[in-house]
Amino acid sequence: MSQATAINAPAPSRGTVSGTEPRGPRPKPFFTPKKIIIYTTLFFFSLYFLFPLYVMVVTSLKTMPEIRFGNIVALPAAPSFDAWVRAWTSACTGLTCNGLAPGFWNSVKITIPSTIVSIFVAAVNGYALVNWRFKGSEVFFAILIFGSFIPYQVMLYPLVMITRELGIFGSLQGVIVIHTIFGMPILTLLFRNYFASLPQELFKAARVDGAGFWRIFFEIMLPMSLPIFVVALILQITGIWNDFLFGVVFAGTQNLPMTVQLNNIVNSAQGTPEYNVNMAATVLTGLVPLIIYFVSGKLFVRGVAAGAVKG
Amino acid sequence: MQPSVSIKDLSLNFGNVKVLEHLNLDIAQGEFIVLLGPSGCGKSTLLNCIAGLLDVSEGQIFISGKNVTWEEPKDRGIGMVFQSYALYPQMSVEKNLSFGLRVAGMPKAEIASRVARAAEILQIQPLLNRKPANLSGGQRQRVAIGRALVRDVDVFLFDEPLSNLDAKLRSDLRVEIKRLHQRLKNTMIYVTHDQIEALTLADRIAIMKNGVIQQLADPHTIYNKPTNLYVAGFIGSPSMNFIKGTVDGGTFTAEDGTKIPVGAYDFAVQPASGAKAVLGVRPEHILLGDAAQGMPFQTQAEIEIVEPMGSETLAWTKVAGIPVTFRCSSDIPLHAGDKVTVGFDIARGSLFDAQSENRL
Repeated sequence: MSQATAINAPAPSRGTVSGTEPRGPRPKPFFTPKKIIIYTTLFFFSLYFLFPLYVMVVTSLKTMPEIRFGNIVALPAAPSFDAWVRAWTSACTGLTCNGLAPGFWNSVKITIPSTIVSIFVAAVNGYALVNWRFKGSEVFFAILIFGSFIPYQVMLYPLVMITRELGIFGSLQGVIVIHTIFGMPILTLLFRNYFASLPQELFKAARVDGAGFWRIFFEIMLPMSLPIFVVALILQITGIWNDFLFGVVFAGTQNLPMTVQLNNIVNSAQGTPEYNVNMAATVLTGLVPLIIYFVSGKLFVRGVAAGAVKG
Repeated sequence: MQPSVSIKDLSLNFGNVKVLEHLNLDIAQGEFIVLLGPSGCGKSTLLNCIAGLLDVSEGQIFISGKNVTWEEPKDRGIGMVFQSYALYPQMSVEKNLSFGLRVAGMPKAEIASRVARAAEILQIQPLLNRKPANLSGGQRQRVAIGRALVRDVDVFLFDEPLSNLDAKLRSDLRVEIKRLHQRLKNTMIYVTHDQIEALTLADRIAIMKNGVIQQLADPHTIYNKPTNLYVAGFIGSPSMNFIKGTVDGGTFTAEDGTKIPVGAYDFAVQPASGAKAVLGVRPEHILLGDAAQGMPFQTQAEIEIVEPMGSETLAWTKVAGIPVTFRCSSDIPLHAGDKVTVGFDIARGSLFDAQSENRL
C-alpha cells in the first residue's frame, strides 16, 4: 500500500525541494573571497607600476614654477605641451641643441636593420639546427646558448678591436653587426624551439617534393611561423631601442641613438635641470616600445607560448 | 623481371643502437608490400631509408634498377604519404598537390593536367581551393595521397597513413587504397602496425621485429603457417592459443600430461624425440560439438567466459590446464559453466621448437 502511493504521487514531496536541488549550470557568484583577493592584488600592483608613469606625464605638462612648488601628485594647473616640443626640437644634448628628434631617427636607423638582420639570421639558424642536423650541431647550439650567460661588458673591448679591424667601428653597420651577434642566442633558441614544435613530417614531405634548404625555409617554414616572428620582433625592437651601451660605444658620434641623447639631456650638468623637459623626453623615448607592446600584446603571449621549451 | 625495389644488406645505426640489421628485401613491379610490426621495430625507419630521408649505415637500395643509395628523395621516383598527412597548411589543396611539380619547374599546362587527373582519381575536385584546415581527416589523407599521385612515380610509400583516422573512415580509405592500387598498378610499400590493414591490403607482408624481417610471405601463409612463435602470436586477434609441452613422434604431451596426437600435422622439420615444443592453435581451429567429432584431439571442457561479438562468439575455457580461447558461431547458445566437447584441428595448427621458437 505504501509502495503504491509512493509510485502514484511522487510529485508533491519532490516539488517542495526542487528549488534547492542542484540543477543546470552551477551558480557563479561575482563576489567570492578568491576573486576579491585576486582583483585587490592586481589593483595595487597596477597602481604601483602606473604611479611613476602618472607622475612623469603630469610633470611634463607643468611649468617649472609649478614643479618647484613640490606637489608631484597634483594635476597641472594649465597643461602645456611646451616641454614636449622643447624635448623634441630644442633641448640641448651635449653640444648641439636640436632636441631628441635626431636621436629618434638615429634609433630608427639602427633598430630597423638590426631587427631585420638579427631575426633573419636567427630564424635560419633555428631552422637549420632543427631540420638539417649536422655533425656537432648540438655542440654548436650549446656554445651559442652559453654565450648568452656572459656579461656584455666582458666582450666589449675585444669587440671594439674586432670591429675596428673590420673597419666598421663607429658606424651604422658596426652597431647592426653587434646587435645581430648579441640577439643570436635568445633568438636562435626561440626559433629552434618553435621549429622543433612543427611536425617533422612536413619537412620530410617537402624534401620528397624536391624542395631544398631555402625553398623549404621560405615557402613552408616561414609562412607557418608568424607567431614566433612577432615575439622576436617585439624582443628585438624593444631591446635594441632601449639599448644604451652598444649604441654609445659602437654607433659613432653621428649615429647616437635616442637613449644616449636622452641621457645627455637628463644628466646635463649645466644650468638648472628642466624637469618637465626631462620627463617629456623620457616618455618620448619610451613611447616606441610601449606602443609595440600595446599593439601586439595578445600575439606576443601566444607566440611566447608557441616557442616555449619543447624539443 | 627486375624487382621494382631492391634492398641489399641494409643496416642502419643511430650511434650504438642498431635499428636495421643486414636487411634484404626484393619487391616486384606492382606489388603491394606491407611492413608490419610493433612500434620501434624499424619499419618506419626502413621506409624512411627507401625514401632517402635517412642515410643508411651500410648496404644499397635500388629502385627500378637504379642504385639510389646516395640519391636525394626527389630523384628516387617515389611518392610518400605520411601519418599526419603533412599538408602544407598555408597552401590550398591545389597548391599542395602542385608544390613538387612547381619545384621541379614543370610547365603550367602539364601541372594543371596532372592535378586535374589526381583530383579526378581521388574525387577531390570540389576541395581544390580549400586550405587543409578546412578539410576532414579523410579528405586530408586523400589530398596527401594525391600529392604522391601527381608526381607520377614508380613507387608509393605509405607511412601508417590511416592511423590518425577513426575506425569507420579507416576501413573506407583502406578499400580506396586497394582500389587505387588495382587501378594504378604501382609498387606500394605500406607501413602499419594494424594487422587488419596488412592482411587486407598486402600481396606480401613483411613482419618485422627489432630491425629484422621475421617472415615475408603472402597474408594466407603468414596467417596459417607462421614461421616462428613471434609471428604466430603477433598475427591474429584474438591471438593463437599456445600450449607448452614435448613432442615425441606423433604425440604431443602437454605439461600437465595431456596427450594430444599430432600425426595429422605436416612437419617441416622432424623434431628429435622428446624435444620441447609449443603447440599453437588458432581460436577458429578449435571446434565444438558435432564438428569436434573426427578431430584428432577431443576433450571435455568447461566454458568460463563468453564474449558475444555479434557475428561470432568468443569463449574462454581451459584445456590441459591452460586458458584457451575459441571462436564459434553466435547461433550456438553458450553460457559460462557449460560443459562442452572441443576438438583441435591439428592439421591447421602450428608446432614450434621451444628453444629456437621456429616452426617445426
